Amino acid sequence: MSENRTVWEVFIQSKNGLAHKHVGNVHAEDKIMALENARELYTRRNEGSCIWVVKSKDIISSESEDGEAFFDPSNDKMYRHPTFYTMPEGSKHI
Amino acid sequence: MQNNILTMTEEKFQIRIDKEEKIEPKDWMPEGYRKHLIRQISQHAHSEIIGMQPEGNWISRAPSLRAKMILLAKVQDEAGHGLYLYSACETLGISRQELVSQLHSGKAKYSSIFNYPTLSWADMGAIGWLVDGAAIVNQVSLQRTSFGPYSRGMVKICKEESFHQRQGYEIMAQMAKGTSEQKAMAQDALNRFWWPSIMMFGPNDSDSPRTGNAMKWKIKRKTNDELRQEFIDKTVNQAEIIGLTIPDKDLKWNEQRQHYDFGEMDWDEFWNVVNGNGPCNKQRLNHHKKAHDDGQWVREAAKSYAQKQELIAN
Repeated sequence: MSENRTVWEVFIQSKNGLAHKHVGNVHAEDKIMALENARELYTRRNEGSCIWVVKSKDIISSESEDGEAFFDPSNDKMYRHPTFYTMPEGSKHI
Repeated sequence: MQNNILTMTEEKFQIRIDKEEKIEPKDWMPEGYRKHLIRQISQHAHSEIIGMQPEGNWISRAPSLRAKMILLAKVQDEAGHGLYLYSACETLGISRQELVSQLHSGKAKYSSIFNYPTLSWADMGAIGWLVDGAAIVNQVSLQRTSFGPYSRGMVKICKEESFHQRQGYEIMAQMAKGTSEQKAMAQDALNRFWWPSIMMFGPNDSDSPRTGNAMKWKIKRKTNDELRQEFIDKTVNQAEIIGLTIPDKDLKWNEQRQHYDFGEMDWDEFWNVVNGNGPCNKQRLNHHKKAHDDGQWVREAAKSYAQKQELIAN
């Protein structure tokens, strides 16, 4: 019997209203065990109000070495930033 | 040609390191870098896990409910720290199972300090104050290590670790101002743990062949001797405040260096313990193996249960 358990990535929402943030992973056989292990490992000091776990193998990641090419389409579109535009002198609240 | 390409890739890697960029698991890295990290991180992880044993020894005999709850929480933290580190190590392509079997075969080491017995309650004080204190000095510097997962693990561990040192120092301070027997126990614990604690930083830089690469690749940010000096400089005053004496007759403030000078460490003893001949080496490993074997049915049951649940769900 293989000893290698499923690896789950753990995301914690530290307070109501905030986004869940990745904190690490746990090994577990099933989703309930994954949630309980995540609670024991990552929230021993009131770090969380909600936990997500997701199987590591289900996460699709871009390659950091291809980062430049992958994100290239956004490089030449400075007009997406508010600082690109010239505002008439004296205009306020815009 | 092949060699040229490799040299160029290694140069590019070194440029990233020199720019203080963090290396992530999927990035290209020299084989030596990966190997060094697996050895260092797994040794660190195993130390956290084996380190639970000398303290676990006193959970059932803690002198008060408060002390017992604190010790339980501390030992649970050590388990957590071990798991953070195993996770970081696994990102380098080695499985948890392989890491554990390397520990059991003796291929992977853990910190020698945990091969000493814990003879009295004062040892809980000495371990928290000195052993965790030394670990903190090392871990604070490792927060800046070049490997991303290791660095993030260290940040988390450092946040949790300072309660460990403070609870140990509190025990020592209380015993040092207790009855004369209690004070003697505290002094005895300091006597036994001082030298092994300062040897936790490893051999002198002149005898540490791997330090060169580890510094070049910024896996380590300070050398063994630098970290040791930092720890001693911090700790001398803490001992004075609670009226205990560090067992080193050569310990003396050096005005010119602005550091404490200290005596020769007994490296023969250090290597003897590293090589398996310390007072508790066999006991520690056997206990770990037994716990692992005894847990086999739990792992199997959990797996069967998960498979059954999946069948029901589908």
